[in-house]
Amino acid sequence: MKGFIRIDPERCKGCSLCMEYCPGHAISLTNRLNLKGYFVADFEDKKECTGCAVCAVMCPEVAIEVYQIEKTDER
Amino acid sequence: MKTVYCRPKCMKEAHFHYCPGCGHGVITRLIAEVVDEMELRDKTICVAPAGCGMLLYNYFDIDTIESAHGRGAAVATGIKRVRPENLVFSYQGDGDLAAIGTAEGFHAANRGELISVIFVNNGVYGMTGGQMAPTTMLEQVTTTSPAGRDSVLQGHPVKICEVYATLDGTSYLERVAVNKPAAIIKTKKAIAKAFRHQQQKTGFSLVEILSPCPTNWKMSPLDSCRWVDDVMTKVFPLGLIKETKKC
Repeated sequence: MKGFIRIDPERCKGCSLCMEYCPGHAISLTNRLNLKGYFVADFEDKKECTGCAVCAVMCPEVAIEVYQIEKTDER
Repeated sequence: MKTVYCRPKCMKEAHFHYCPGCGHGVITRLIAEVVDEMELRDKTICVAPAGCGMLLYNYFDIDTIESAHGRGAAVATGIKRVRPENLVFSYQGDGDLAAIGTAEGFHAANRGELISVIFVNNGVYGMTGGQMAPTTMLEQVTTTSPAGRDSVLQGHPVKICEVYATLDGTSYLERVAVNKPAAIIKTKKAIAKAFRHQQQKTGFSLVEILSPCPTNWKMSPLDSCRWVDDVMTKVFPLGLIKETKKC
């Protein structure tokens, strides 16, 4: 894994645009509801994420933060 | 660990009130990113519209003033003339700029006011429940054109960019979209360019953004993004419409 994302579950409205545009298909819709009553999207740890930030670019709710793991972190 | 993407600094923590998949959220974020990157947070004044974007002051951590319906360009004109050192932009929808505010927008453009207008075109009146707007396309079904827009009864869609391009006061007009990642990146560049035109005092700048409205189009967010490409861009072709000077 070279990168990972954090999705704020309270901001997410389950529009699924991040899932559709993620090149690694690393995001999926869960059956968890947030306070507004939307099913929220979540990141799948096991899938490959490069930290390309396409999900964050597409997200209309600014709910996604993207991080890349640098080589120094892996030591 | 390196942060690749996080919330822009000039956005507040408030959650958007927009519907799931709405293009307004993307456009609001892009403006905040551009203001951050140009380091103009203290100098920017936003004029919020009536319509879906009316609660912009809840989201932007920059000075924002609410204008009467359609009068965004007139309010922005006043602010810019009094405070020429500030970056002034108005954020308007198609009901705001192309319907009730036609006169204000058109004449501000004709006078070549040094303001930028972010024009969000989704082809319907979003906030009031999806009625037909001047920018509704022929045969598009809305709550007030249930059989589809008929050119004999209801006229043709208004192409704001093409109309404004004929005016000598305008310096930068571009039509972009927010329905896919590449288009969103282009939109951000267009917004930055419009602000640069304002800073260099070349004239009136406007960015028309085709934005999906899944709720009122009665589609899923993904289908509405595809519909922008398949249907909307045929009527409203994307691209640079006018640029008098490179900025």
